[in-house]
Amino acid sequence: MKPYAWSLGFAFILLGPVVGALLAGIDRRLTARMQARKGPPILQPVYDVLKLFEKDTLVVTPLQTLYLWGFLFFMVVSGFILFLGSDLLLSLFALTVSGIFLCLAAYATNSPFSNIGSSRELMLMMAYEPMLILVPLGFFLVTDSFRVSDIVSGSPWQVIQLAGILIGFLFMLTIKLRKSPFDLSSSHHGHQELVKGITTDLSGSDLAIVEIGHWYENSILLGWLYLFFAPWGPWIALPITVVLFFAEVLVDNTNARLTWSSTLKASWLVTVVFGVTNLALLPFIS
Amino acid sequence: MSFLKKSPWVLHYAATSCNGCDIELLACLTPLYDVERFGIVNTGNPKHADIFLVTGSVNEESRKVVENLYAQMPDPKVVVAIGACALSGGIFKDAYNVYGGIDKVIPVDVYVPGCAARPESIIDGVVQALDILEQRAKDRKRQRKMVAV
Ligand code: SF4
Repeated sequence: MKPYAWSLGFAFILLGPVVGALLAGIDRRLTARMQARKGPPILQPVYDVLKLFEKDTLVVTPLQTLYLWGFLFFMVVSGFILFLGSDLLLSLFALTVSGIFLCLAAYATNSPFSNIGSSRELMLMMAYEPMLILVPLGFFLVTDSFRVSDIVSGSPWQVIQLAGILIGFLFMLTIKLRKSPFDLSSSHHGHQELVKGITTDLSGSDLAIVEIGHWYENSILLGWLYLFFAPWGPWIALPITVVLFFAEVLVDNTNARLTWSSTLKASWLVTVVFGVTNLALLPFIS
Repeated sequence: MSFLKKSPWVLHYAATSCNGCDIELLACLTPLYDVERFGIVNTGNPKHADIFLVTGSVNEESRKVVENLYAQMPDPKVVVAIGACALSGGIFKDAYNVYGGIDKVIPVDVYVPGCAARPESIIDGVVQALDILEQRAKDRKRQRKMVAV
């Protein structure tokens, strides 16, 4: 493997959370502006996490911290594989395992709120996972390879060929980023029926681990989105990616929350209508 | 520098208020005052909260809840009592079921007067609470070090 690829992989481990935190900060500022508020500083997510380390950690069960480290570990592994230019499918599986660990942590704490949160999270996984699997599959049919490095140097037409899959992926991105209308499992705003969902019983440094994990996740999802446009080179692809990423904030602010059953129906419908149809049509448009 | 001052998360509980103070408190979150620009977030979860904002007087029903929420908040934490009711019982003081102010059941650090308390004075109260919070964080750190030694 080339030293360039290694450096990209390690850059992710170091800079991934920084980028993710900035994205989260800009997200909060944008949200505030859309609601005609001034909004917090861009670095607010960083302050939040540093503060959480100053707080005491209430331990409900020692297992929760172990599971959370599992969550963070597999999240980093997933991103490392992705940025190394390695197998996209493997990266996806690591991402899924990481999500399962978060659910385990929430189940371990026994609070009814986090239990409902994690069952909803599992439901959401069922909703988005089929579509996410279709993404590497689509790339494979277009570029004959699951390797990220091959996809990046693929044909510039791939985004046109995979347009349906891109739409499907953007839909699932809303779920992955826990945005409204799909913020069922752990909402960003308190005072709802679920309190804080998955993270209800996590405090102090445990909650900080979850936040850092989410920063990594932000970078990973941005990376996935980038892949669609990657053959056009970073100067064109990166701005498009960032704009699409922040379009999610607009969706977040203009939608009310769905129930889990309609979420499941909607996401499977999107998977079939956009994802599967796109795959079926691929032989004719390549 | 403590980051607690930059990101205080508050928990709001209406003990037995008439909801006048609650409306004023929630007004702090609206675009006009927008306390989120100071990093203040209204969490509905005691385990994430740093500042406990209580409105209204305490009676037997709300006593349990207040004590429970206070116990569930991780240290360092501060309590701000908002409104005349939370300070002393206010106009409900003589009611047969009312114990009095919040400090009858949990230690209160900052008292914000008014009926209803104005959003400006609530924000001022929270700012004063931040200094106490920072001091507590320092003490807490020292305690932790001593335990470690
Ligand atoms: S202080 Fe006044 S406004 Fe506030 S809860 Fe009591 S009666 Fe209502």
